[in-house]
Amino acid sequence: MKAAVITFPGSNCDRDLADAFAKAGADVVRVWHKDTEIPAGTDVIGVPGGFSFGDYLRCGAIASRSPIGQAVVDFAGKGGHVIGICNGFQVLTEMGLLPGALMRNASLKFRCRPQRLKVATTDSPFTRLYAAGTEVTYPIAHHDGNYVIDAEGLKQLEGEDRVAFRYIDNPNGSTADIAGVLSANRRVLGLMPHPERVVEDAQGGTDGAALFRTLTDMLAVV
Amino acid sequence: MKARVHVMLKDGVLDPQGEAVRHALGHLGFTGVEAVRQGKVIELDLAATDKAGAEAEVKAMCEKLLANTVIEKYTVEIC
Repeated sequence: MKAAVITFPGSNCDRDLADAFAKAGADVVRVWHKDTEIPAGTDVIGVPGGFSFGDYLRCGAIASRSPIGQAVVDFAGKGGHVIGICNGFQVLTEMGLLPGALMRNASLKFRCRPQRLKVATTDSPFTRLYAAGTEVTYPIAHHDGNYVIDAEGLKQLEGEDRVAFRYIDNPNGSTADIAGVLSANRRVLGLMPHPERVVEDAQGGTDGAALFRTLTDMLAVV
Repeated sequence: MKARVHVMLKDGVLDPQGEAVRHALGHLGFTGVEAVRQGKVIELDLAATDKAGAEAEVKAMCEKLLANTVIEKYTVEIC
């Protein structure tokens, strides 16, 4: 199972993400933003957290139009699996791979803390190993995590069971407490909290390990 | 030729920053400010000489990059 982790100028969670994939048993390749192709044989792409291109214009906007951006869109278009975490979630919405947008936190404060979440659906290659309704704690660290979607889009997300995670005690004003969403084919996940920061005891928790294990186990047998 | 692009949040999208500015104005004694919306102005110097063509091109830039049309609206001014 091969995971490709992308690094943009300003990414700062790329190593942690690569590490989390490796611990779950994946072969990890690192991809630079100026590359124009995803390495052959890649099963899943990880778009990491950070402050790509200094959050200029809008968070994730420049990264989503970088040379590797089109390759990510094409990969997802062919049914490839993609996970975007924090800034990676912002990048995926800017690419149009996920609906909605992430705006400044309603409190206007940068929120950095362990965050309790509910696994809102287990019907995805990312959450299948969790029991329905499981509560997990992933760290959050963001200024622009306020998920915004119009009423019609929300209805569609809810109707298709595409909310992957919900906040318990909403930290940023997100619509319907949404912390993570899935694409229509359920193979693209974007979430603001950081599962890659809780995959081993030394990090203070292991709640995120199951997400990477689900993904690697499932893709290893395909 | 110059182009000026105004990018604003769409009506109905809450603007927490604008709201904070409104509060700050209130603290400074500016009463009666009922709403504040914050946006961006982007100025471009263009090599183009054809006004209609330039406008169409800048609109394409807005759709592709300068605005996120999920939450933002834009206007283009060619001057």
